[in-house]
Amino acid sequence: MADLQVNIAGVTFGNPLIAASGTFGFGREFAQFYPLSTLGGVACKGLTLRERAGNPPPRIAETPGGMLNSVGLQNPGVEHFIREDLPWLREQGTAVIANIAGNTPEEYCKMAERLSEAEVDMVELNISCPNVKQGGAAFGTSCESAAAVTAAVRRYCKKPLMVKLSPNVTDIGEIAAAVEGAGADALSMINTLTGMRIDLRTRRPILKNNTGGLSGPALLPVALRMVWQASSRVKIPVVGLGGISTWRDVVEMLLAGASAVQIGTVLFSDPYAPVKILEGLEAYLNENEIPAVSELTGKVKPW
Amino acid sequence: MKSYDTAACEILKKAEIAPGFFDLTVSCAEAARKARAGQFAQFLVPGKTLRRPISICGIDRANGTLRFVFQVRGEGTRALSLLNPGEPVNLLAPLGNGFDLGDTSRRALFVGGGIGVPPLLEAAKPFGKNAVLAAGFRSRDAVILKDDFESTGCETRIATDDGSFGRRGLVLDLIGDLAFDVVFACGPKPMLRAIAKLAAERGVPCYVSMEERMACGIGACLGCAVKLRGENGDYFGHVCKDGPVFDAETVVWEE
Repeated sequence: MADLQVNIAGVTFGNPLIAASGTFGFGREFAQFYPLSTLGGVACKGLTLRERAGNPPPRIAETPGGMLNSVGLQNPGVEHFIREDLPWLREQGTAVIANIAGNTPEEYCKMAERLSEAEVDMVELNISCPNVKQGGAAFGTSCESAAAVTAAVRRYCKKPLMVKLSPNVTDIGEIAAAVEGAGADALSMINTLTGMRIDLRTRRPILKNNTGGLSGPALLPVALRMVWQASSRVKIPVVGLGGISTWRDVVEMLLAGASAVQIGTVLFSDPYAPVKILEGLEAYLNENEIPAVSELTGKVKPW
Repeated sequence: MKSYDTAACEILKKAEIAPGFFDLTVSCAEAARKARAGQFAQFLVPGKTLRRPISICGIDRANGTLRFVFQVRGEGTRALSLLNPGEPVNLLAPLGNGFDLGDTSRRALFVGGGIGVPPLLEAAKPFGKNAVLAAGFRSRDAVILKDDFESTGCETRIATDDGSFGRRGLVLDLIGDLAFDVVFACGPKPMLRAIAKLAAERGVPCYVSMEERMACGIGACLGCAVKLRGENGDYFGHVCKDGPVFDAETVVWEE
């Protein structure tokens, strides 16, 4: 049997499948379908320092091969998470990643400091949310601000620090290198691509926020390309995400340079996707006599 | 462990009951056993990123079937309308809270607009002759489920936009003279807002089934937001998990 375990910045994941932030809540809804230990890890819904109401609806629009969302980081706040959700999630036998988003570097630092005392395995720095006016992607779209917020949080964060990158940039390799230089232990990429849809009848954007984040299968080739480019520029591990729906997509993402993957939007059409992906991945490894999934990382043979 | 059914289900019957309105009977024993009036199912549409939420119109526990009446609105519902008896369909059901029917000896008013009418049928059944349906449709050829309601003992009052069937005008025009103890409503938001106001004026409880663009259907993604009144001010609840049925007094109706 192939070894599915992966290690990202000192954290052991039982397998390389991690639920992507924003698609999985804090895990309770999906625990009705299968034990969360099925997953290597869970990246929790993006947290802010204080409770956040989110954006007005409509927040969802379907697109060819994907969907837009403009949820806008609706969440109960970091203290509520630590008090009400983390103790339960901690018991589910999966690695716990806290995803944090701030309006200012100070807010990121306060959350990282607070979570450093909590029972989370890793902190994922969300500098790439396209749906909030302040902060979010504003930090993630220039090398200087991405590096500055990473360096600031690094001083307060005692947990392994993963930085989630935005695809809405001109040179993903530059950003990846800048964030690594500022002290990140890992990268996760890509967050959603900013998009838009318009209702022909009303001539209004379907989303009340006008724009939203594109996710789903349409993103996969973009994510593969960016993971490939970024992983060739940095030494720290890259967790790949964006449009993964099948075990084949996972293998591609690992070959492109990812050490683990996150899966998100596919859960909306098939909540059991992680179970099926894992079965397929395991069969692929066994059939091809690949002893460990970690051997696939970066093994693409570019022309 | 599993509280929702995604087992492969089979289409048993299909009928187009009005132009663009389809009536499906689906064999899904486990979901039928758990389902209650006002809940919904998420239909997988092959090739689409998102499932389509469709309300449950009828529950037949003895035969292990659910009935769904939906309108073709876009590509997804069109694909569902092309499914035929004998073909499989993947459902995630039952979802949402459903109607809390309470004391069925009360005089219950059911208010439906267009494709908002189907989820009221199963809720009206236990009220029998104590139920009145006030339903509005676009025109005569869009009137659906009138006979189904009448066969449960329910009185029906119909309005159409163009006056081609029943009274010309709005559903609210149908109920000025009516005495009732509770209201259950589903339809366009302006209609729900109006009936909620009327019920509040009369001091009668009113439950509304709401709709919003939805992704996961189980309360994880927070997509289908609806603004609600809470103890600490307004907040966004979610149609799929907190609803689709809400006490009308908790809904923030102003835009």
